[in-house]
Amino acid sequence: MALTREQIEHIAHLARLELRPQEIPVYQKSLSAILEFVGELDRADTASVTPMAHPLPGLSQRLREDAVTETDRHELFQANAPQVAAGLYLVPRVIE
Amino acid sequence: MSHSTQTLMQLANGLRAREFSSVELTRDALRRIDASQPVLNAFITVMHEQALAAAAQADRALAAGSAGPLSGLPIVHKDLFCTQGVRTTCGSRMLEDFVSPYDATVVAKLKSAGAITLGKSNMDEFAMGSSNENSFYGPVRNPWNTALVPGGSSGGSAALVAARLAPAATGTDTGGSIRQPAALCGVTGIKPTYGRVSRYGMVAFASSLDQAGVIATSVEDAALILREMAGFDPKDSTSVDRPVPDYCATLDAPLAGLTIGLLQEFFDKGLERENEARIREALAVYEGLGARLQEVSLPNLPLSVPAYYVVAPAECSSNLARFDGVRYGHRCREPRDLLDLYKRSRGEGFGAEVKRRIMTGTYVLSAGYYDAYYLKAQKVRQLIAADFKRAFGSVDVLMGPTTPTPAFAIGAKTADPITMYLNDIYTIGANLAGLPAVSIPCGFVGALPVGLQIVGPHFSEARLLNVAHAFQRETAWHTRTPEGFR
Repeated sequence: MALTREQIEHIAHLARLELRPQEIPVYQKSLSAILEFVGELDRADTASVTPMAHPLPGLSQRLREDAVTETDRHELFQANAPQVAAGLYLVPRVIE
Repeated sequence: MSHSTQTLMQLANGLRAREFSSVELTRDALRRIDASQPVLNAFITVMHEQALAAAAQADRALAAGSAGPLSGLPIVHKDLFCTQGVRTTCGSRMLEDFVSPYDATVVAKLKSAGAITLGKSNMDEFAMGSSNENSFYGPVRNPWNTALVPGGSSGGSAALVAARLAPAATGTDTGGSIRQPAALCGVTGIKPTYGRVSRYGMVAFASSLDQAGVIATSVEDAALILREMAGFDPKDSTSVDRPVPDYCATLDAPLAGLTIGLLQEFFDKGLERENEARIREALAVYEGLGARLQEVSLPNLPLSVPAYYVVAPAECSSNLARFDGVRYGHRCREPRDLLDLYKRSRGEGFGAEVKRRIMTGTYVLSAGYYDAYYLKAQKVRQLIAADFKRAFGSVDVLMGPTTPTPAFAIGAKTADPITMYLNDIYTIGANLAGLPAVSIPCGFVGALPVGLQIVGPHFSEARLLNVAHAFQRETAWHTRTPEGFR
């Protein structure tokens, strides 16, 4: 199936990716080819198959105690942030 | 004096006998790494000062008799493992300036065992690629022929071990990213069972597939490192609480009575004739060791690549949503508003293949398509896992090629993503089923190495390493070193 220019723009918007105009036809072509390729999965009869939920049979995600185990190191973590003030992450104004 | 062709075992003995110091070893490795960089580009960051300081500390520990099992031995981490106080880029512009505030569990464990980190190896951006051409920091070159790719995504780790710049390096394997580059570079690589090694501090790509492992020049060395890396970690919710066997202790167990399953689906039309010949020769070596060969068929295995290219992009689109230009990572200049900040920071920070996978994943998870793609793929994945389980009912291990061809030219497969994706046709099955798998060098096609893949049941690492080591006792392919890097 071939994806349209509008579909690529919509997917990019959902994924919060700005594409340059010349990138759009490239992704139109390659994503269409990938979807056709993964369409091979339709060959498999999966009518009575439960989807895999964990790669190890019988295991599921472990839960931990709801206890404090980490100390407050926000200054260290915020050292990697593009813009910080007074311990807060700064972004463009959201509410006028 | 260069220690480049010595194994970890030999180096460990030399250090303990005080034949040389860790500082000497480290200085020698750093010198060779610096000289190799313009040729191979296997490193994103070389940690000169930190490595020498750690080596001096290891020498004191060795002198004081308080050394750990890996004290003073130099290793390299794929630049996907967080290293405290050291830049961790994951091969991306997005993390060009990211200095990790903490160590990944793998990094912390190897550090506490005494290993010296020489630096961070180059890789495909966010581990998405099979050629290392997707790195923001430039491609890595194959030491056997620098016009060729080393494979990927752990291409830097495989190339640097092949070039004997370090005796071992960590890697990660989501669809073949340890085994495929190990095969193309003529080195040994192991991807353990899903959950065997902690993923804490690994930059996440596809969380139900990602697993850390090791690349080394021999199975013996890989076992030595894996023994220290593996184990339960409460910080990783998918880590399995199960004791770690002493992988080194069982390496020499006899193979008599071993049943090897030949994966029929791996000997397909895509497998080049000369590659197949090397694999058949390796199988004959195993027969000589008393193993029995039995053909097995996994009928759903040919669907592993399509299943992977739904599941992995879906998980990637979700995992990489964290890169928002707010808390860490690249931020665009002068954003107009919050949406513009997100879109341009991500559009600029991610490379072409990463964007392709994020969009593929976003599409297959989007409203109306989830059942047709994602759910269908997870069902097919279940069928593939069941095929493996059935096979392990009658054989101990499965064998086949790691890759269909030897290393290919830089630029040869970049035009068509699907051609590139098919490089992992023989490796992806083990990831989908969470199984451990090894690739070992088993000969050459022309001047290029070929890898034999061995897959085992869940948590059979000790047996896999034993089986792989038996081959390396009989053959010398793994001791071959590329010209110019001896």
